[in-house]
Amino acid sequence: MLINLSNINKIYKMGLTEIRAIDGVSMEVEPSEYIAIMGPSGSGKSTLMNLMGCLDTPTSGSYILNDMEIAHLDDDKLAEIRNKEIGFVFQTFNLLPRANALQNVELPLIYSNISARERRKRALHALEVVGLKDRVNHRPNELSGGERQRVAIARALVNSPSILLADEPTGNLDSKMGEEIMQVFDRLYEQKNTIIVVTHEEHIARHTKRVIKLLDGKIISDESQE
Amino acid sequence: MPVLENIKIALQALNSNKLRAILTTLGIIIGVAAVVAVVSVVQGLSFMITSQLQEAGADFIIVVPNRPRGEAGEMLGRIELTYEDGLAVNEKAPEVKDFSPLLQRRATVKFSDEHTFTYILCTSASFQEINNHYVDRGRFLTKLDNDHRKKVCVLGTKVVEDLGIKGNPLGKGVSIRKLSFTIIGVLEERGQALGQNADDVCIIPFNTSRLLFGEEASRSLVLYFRAKSAENIDLAKEQITEVLRKQHSLKSGQPDDFLVLLQQDLLERINTILGSVTAVVAGIVGISLVVGGIGIMNIMLVSVTERTREIGIRKAVGAKRRDIIFQFLVEAIILSLVGGTIGIVFGYTLGVIVTRFIPQLPPAHVPLWAVGLGFGFSTLVGLFFGIYPAARAGKLDPIEALRYE
Ligand SMILES: Nc1ncnc2c1ncn2[C@@H]1O[C@H](COP(=O)(O)OP(=O)(O)OP(=O)(O)O)[C@@H](O)[C@H]1O
Ligand SMILES: [Mg+2]
Repeated sequence: MLINLSNINKIYKMGLTEIRAIDGVSMEVEPSEYIAIMGPSGSGKSTLMNLMGCLDTPTSGSYILNDMEIAHLDDDKLAEIRNKEIGFVFQTFNLLPRANALQNVELPLIYSNISARERRKRALHALEVVGLKDRVNHRPNELSGGERQRVAIARALVNSPSILLADEPTGNLDSKMGEEIMQVFDRLYEQKNTIIVVTHEEHIARHTKRVIKLLDGKIISDESQE
Repeated sequence: MPVLENIKIALQALNSNKLRAILTTLGIIIGVAAVVAVVSVVQGLSFMITSQLQEAGADFIIVVPNRPRGEAGEMLGRIELTYEDGLAVNEKAPEVKDFSPLLQRRATVKFSDEHTFTYILCTSASFQEINNHYVDRGRFLTKLDNDHRKKVCVLGTKVVEDLGIKGNPLGKGVSIRKLSFTIIGVLEERGQALGQNADDVCIIPFNTSRLLFGEEASRSLVLYFRAKSAENIDLAKEQITEVLRKQHSLKSGQPDDFLVLLQQDLLERINTILGSVTAVVAGIVGISLVVGGIGIMNIMLVSVTERTREIGIRKAVGAKRRDIIFQFLVEAIILSLVGGTIGIVFGYTLGVIVTRFIPQLPPAHVPLWAVGLGFGFSTLVGLFFGIYPAARAGKLDPIEALRYE
């Protein structure tokens, strides 16, 4: 088993009221799964992704990733896990504006003390995987939205993480570019990567093999599909 | 994360905002420039004074009249040093080898239609050895010149030039206060010394000076002595003191009415003065470095806020707190080092310009330690004032940082 969440809660205190962004979620993810997380706005999708991506820690509950309990690790330990085990793709790309595509993809490798030559090699390979071999020296503002998101995917892939998490990766793209991005994920799935995608859109979810639906921080359905 | 990467990141960040970086470091630039400018001038001065005093020799002793401070000093009558005092010392102090009196006055020297206002040094034959400034042409004063009140003079090269004397000056006549003097020698060229041009002098026999300045003037002299050996100079000082006290009939409770200055005393005095000048400047500079440091802190805080999203991205892909802290610290240090470097260059240039335009000052001289100090201080300032902004950057929560617009 790759991920085991059991009875995870994330509670935000706003003055006197409590917001249960995640309310007793338990789920399991096996290696090489392709999952969509759906649900209305405010249902807790991003919160759940941030928890799984170790950007955030749960208020209570247990999160086991690769047989390691990580629900209550400190900041630096979480940073290390984000670096080695997790590839995160954001709706807003989150690329460094002054760095070119290659430098953006190299970024995670800088923080795992990999030599400059090896970094370049791996980053070039990751860019090739997402089909951007000829955009290596372009800065984000010299790339289309779809290309930017593919750079972000290359960055997520470059450290060969255990899991790829994408929070509405097509949310800022038109449907043609969105489709392109999903084809990249489809290919990565075929190469045995584990992928979880948050989406609002049915046709995006249709690319995946399993759909989890959230409402008010609870899982209301979890179904496999072909 | 390797240091090199951090330096690269910092340079990129500073490069994309050059003007702001320069303006930010203005405080540091001014502070370091002030240090270096002052140090270069003061060091040049002290370098020159020291080497000139050393040139005069370690066996060199000057005695000047000096009224002691306080009531005891006021009780004393006239404070004077006479030719007879000097002779007595030379006779009775076994460690003293040579003596020459010095009366210095300013007066106009005339040659045909030309004239110049210069220093008249009234002294005796041994002055040239004691002062270590020898004649180039002709001869110096002799004992005979002095004993017979000969109206002869030895000129410095500047006086010869100012008077427009063409050809061989020896044997020609100049007039001082309507008395006519024969030129018997010209001193070798020396240039500036202790703020006075050593070539702008006219030397006449001490006894002859009475004809020019009267008896009264020769009662308040500076006495120059030479000790037999530099090792026994303290003993010589004791003997001089003893003889002079007896000459002036001072009782055992009364303070000396003169000051015996050894070369090393002079060095110490000068170094104390220069040292306190340096200390005052250091204080001013300290303040300006603090102001500069606050400037850096301010701009680093702005930089951290502006780059909140970048920090979020870096953290999201695995940067630890210390990676972020280090990144911003390196940036702050580089910023202040840039200021320090510009300041050193600027300060040195300033020192050179100042000494070029004020002819009394010797050439600027920047010791290596001043450069080191400049760099050291700017690094410390960058480090100290960079810590808080860097710590703030390091503490940022990745999710919130990523959400920052
Ligand atoms: N930092 C926070 N402080 C307080 N409440 C928060 C915080 N982050 C999220 N929430 C709340 O938690 C709930 C779930 O938010 P979340 O961002 O996970 O929703 P989402 O499903 O991703 O929505 P969307 O589809 O709009 O992105 C929301 O009600 C939100 O207001
Ligand atoms: Mg969301």
